Amino acid sequence: MTSLRINGKQYELDVPDDMPLLWALRDVVGLTGTKFGCGMALCGACTVHLDGRPVRSCVTPVSAVGSANITTIEAIGQTPSGAKVQQAWLDLEVVQCGYCQPGQIMSAAALLAGNPNPGDADIDAAMAGNLCRCGTYPRIRAAIKRAARATSTAPGASS
Amino acid sequence: MSFEALHNAVNDDAGSELRGVSRRSFLKTSAATGGGLLLSFYLPGPLDSAHAADASAAQAFAPNAFIRIARDGGVNLIMSYVEMGQGTYTSIPMLIAEELEVELRQVRLEAAPADDRRYMNPFFRSQATGGSTSVRSAWQPLRQAGATARVMLISAAAQTWKVDVSSCRAEKGEVIHGPSGRRLRYGALADTAATLPVPERVTLKAPRDFKLIGTSARRLDSPDKVNGKAQFSIDLRLPGMKIAAVAACPVLGGKLDGVEDGKARAIQGVSQVVRLDNAVAVVAAHTWAAKQGLAALDIRWDHGPNARLGNADIVRQYEQASASSGVVARNEGNVSKAMASAARKLEAVYQLPFLAHATMEPPSCTVHVRKDVCDIWVGTQVATRAQAVAARVTGLSPERVRIHNQLLGGGFGRRLEVDFIEQAVLIARQVEGPVKVVWTREEDIQHDIYRPYYYDRLAAGLDGQGRPVAWSHRVTASSIYARWVPQAFRGGLDRDAVEGAADLPYALPNVHVEYVRQEPPRGITTGFWRGVGPTHNVFVVESFVDELAVAAKTDPVEYRRALLGESPRARAVLELAAKKANWGQPLPAGYGRGVSVQYAFGSYLSQVAEVAVSKEGEVRVRRMVCAVDCGLVVNPDTVRAQIEGGIIFGLTAALFGEITFKDGRVEQTNFNNYRLLRINETPEIEVILVKSGEAPGGIGEPGTVGAAPALANAIFAATGKRIRTLPVRGTDLRSG
Repeated sequence: MTSLRINGKQYELDVPDDMPLLWALRDVVGLTGTKFGCGMALCGACTVHLDGRPVRSCVTPVSAVGSANITTIEAIGQTPSGAKVQQAWLDLEVVQCGYCQPGQIMSAAALLAGNPNPGDADIDAAMAGNLCRCGTYPRIRAAIKRAARATSTAPGASS
Repeated sequence: MSFEALHNAVNDDAGSELRGVSRRSFLKTSAATGGGLLLSFYLPGPLDSAHAADASAAQAFAPNAFIRIARDGGVNLIMSYVEMGQGTYTSIPMLIAEELEVELRQVRLEAAPADDRRYMNPFFRSQATGGSTSVRSAWQPLRQAGATARVMLISAAAQTWKVDVSSCRAEKGEVIHGPSGRRLRYGALADTAATLPVPERVTLKAPRDFKLIGTSARRLDSPDKVNGKAQFSIDLRLPGMKIAAVAACPVLGGKLDGVEDGKARAIQGVSQVVRLDNAVAVVAAHTWAAKQGLAALDIRWDHGPNARLGNADIVRQYEQASASSGVVARNEGNVSKAMASAARKLEAVYQLPFLAHATMEPPSCTVHVRKDVCDIWVGTQVATRAQAVAARVTGLSPERVRIHNQLLGGGFGRRLEVDFIEQAVLIARQVEGPVKVVWTREEDIQHDIYRPYYYDRLAAGLDGQGRPVAWSHRVTASSIYARWVPQAFRGGLDRDAVEGAADLPYALPNVHVEYVRQEPPRGITTGFWRGVGPTHNVFVVESFVDELAVAAKTDPVEYRRALLGESPRARAVLELAAKKANWGQPLPAGYGRGVSVQYAFGSYLSQVAEVAVSKEGEVRVRRMVCAVDCGLVVNPDTVRAQIEGGIIFGLTAALFGEITFKDGRVEQTNFNNYRLLRINETPEIEVILVKSGEAPGGIGEPGTVGAAPALANAIFAATGKRIRTLPVRGTDLRSG
């Protein structure tokens, strides 16, 4: 049995140790918001957070997760940066087909949690691993900046 | 894709009765609804019993196949066009809601069942989403559907209040009696409205009265797409469902010879190994077991005739085929005479590679085959084709095949094909209970239905002032029409292959355009890809026009403008894009600007690319400016989004896109060697919309079309090197 803490809830899963977290989430737990895109950490569609750190769940075996808290797109809205990113995504109508967007949002939320005011180079570095076939990149960039403005005006944050 | 050609070709056939809708009734309704470029259809009348049985019990008023209003006031819109990112799940409801007088947030959307008769897209003459046609084909009939329902609801209210219809009006899902101020919600009127006759004629709003159309309405699909709730085909989960991983013969055209499956079946979770003619699938409790099972198989393939096929062999076949003349697509004036007397003659060969679609959601399809019914959950652009192929495989009648359409994780033409659906049904036929077939990315890249390879020969004659007096263009390519829509493939001419080549926006005195059909070796199948014919032809034409401008020592914008005297809309977007892009203003060494102009999908676009090319030959796209005249705009923000995304799609292909073959296998496998543009490589993009009252044009594909030529022309301006073969990375751009 593998013990996983996902979105604040404890799960005991009867899965092989080498099963990538992606398939445990999607096929076993039933959280399908995290997407399969390439299986080789090339596209970022499967991005989740382990203790707030973005990882590619398609190449992360469940045995490597340990006691880390897993956060997926289904719960990222409960974090301050996640909520702001989601709102900015809606405000600027970022999505098209939407398939890559959970991964984009997870990467963006992790970026903002660690860097409340990212510049273009920071955005490039944090987001270059997330592919979008519809070509929503200009809006992703703009939405991260918008979410950052929302972050920096939050109580206690410097502007 | 631009289906004017297909549309015309299909409808040229006076005797044809395609998919149960006769040409006679088609034209009759067209005349009634205004016709024009957009021959429209309208199928009034209540739903039949078979369909009504599917509807919710709460259904009270369903005046046509697109609207259901329940007693609780819920307004359901039935979407026959699928959402694959292009915004149809917002723009189509906008058309209905505008006339129905409901607010967008009041409506619920549901995917239409497979039914050509009710949900025919007239461009395809079947239920299909593609070709940048949705708004164009829905423009008339879906506003009419909304207006019809509104008229009936108002009549129902007038009858209830025993007042004159003209004293009542509809607003935000209610009917209001003006003099008394009484109000009734649509839900309360649904039962009465359902008893009224469907009016034969209704008056549509004049554009000046639009409240919704022309505004940047919020996308209805966005909220669920940012919180992980949106369900794509690949996300489907059913009780007892199994998951299958599949491998088709890696050599295209090969077959399965045999398979040792002992080790695979020993893996925990693996339940079954399914053998198909050219593939093998492992069925398991979850994807991981299925994938591991697949890896554990010892498969013997019969590689077939392509076992030694290399890319150079294919290119040679196209080159040889293009040496002979083809079927004439357009012939005006006398090209050979004009060429002979020209002051100067230019010739060029252009080559474009096979391309994969690489939708972010790989092909996926869930199928449950039972004795008397087959259920299919899939994101498809062609529900009735999916239904037909499943009927053929299972032996069931089409009405026993139920298509449950899902959100599409990208389409771009990939989901106009049903190969992966056919395969899933073939697998499911051998499996007890529902099974979800999911392709790996490698399977997707290596077993796509590819954008055709193109080999183009061009020649032009210039007069003493450098003006073109003769233009000749021979396109050599496979025919998608011959396979996909054979009734439109006539006299050996594939009109898609020459679209954007035969119908130039430029006024040229002597023009000859022809088409040579050359299919790739059997086993390699070609299909529609975002921007279809125009994506290839506009690249070739706009690059060659640039060559003529250079030969004439004339500014490329000036040169084009002089040839656009008969196309004011094309000239206007060219001038606008050039102005916004600071055309003519100096740039540093190694920088360049390039321009393209196009008319396709009923829309006019001009793009200006600005690039920087380093001494090492690395291309950096800095800025793209695109002026768009797509006629009347339904949702301006969606139009901008489609142009932005379309440009990135076009740049991706131009810079990196290429499918090549070695020993009959596709050499590319995943995103490491089938590259997509990344955010750090994406230029600043500026989209300018021209205000227009013309009929709406398509918008999903045009952005892709003009990006590559603008880029290639900018690279020439920066380096003096002409890109005649795509992708760009195949050309050595180093300097010094």
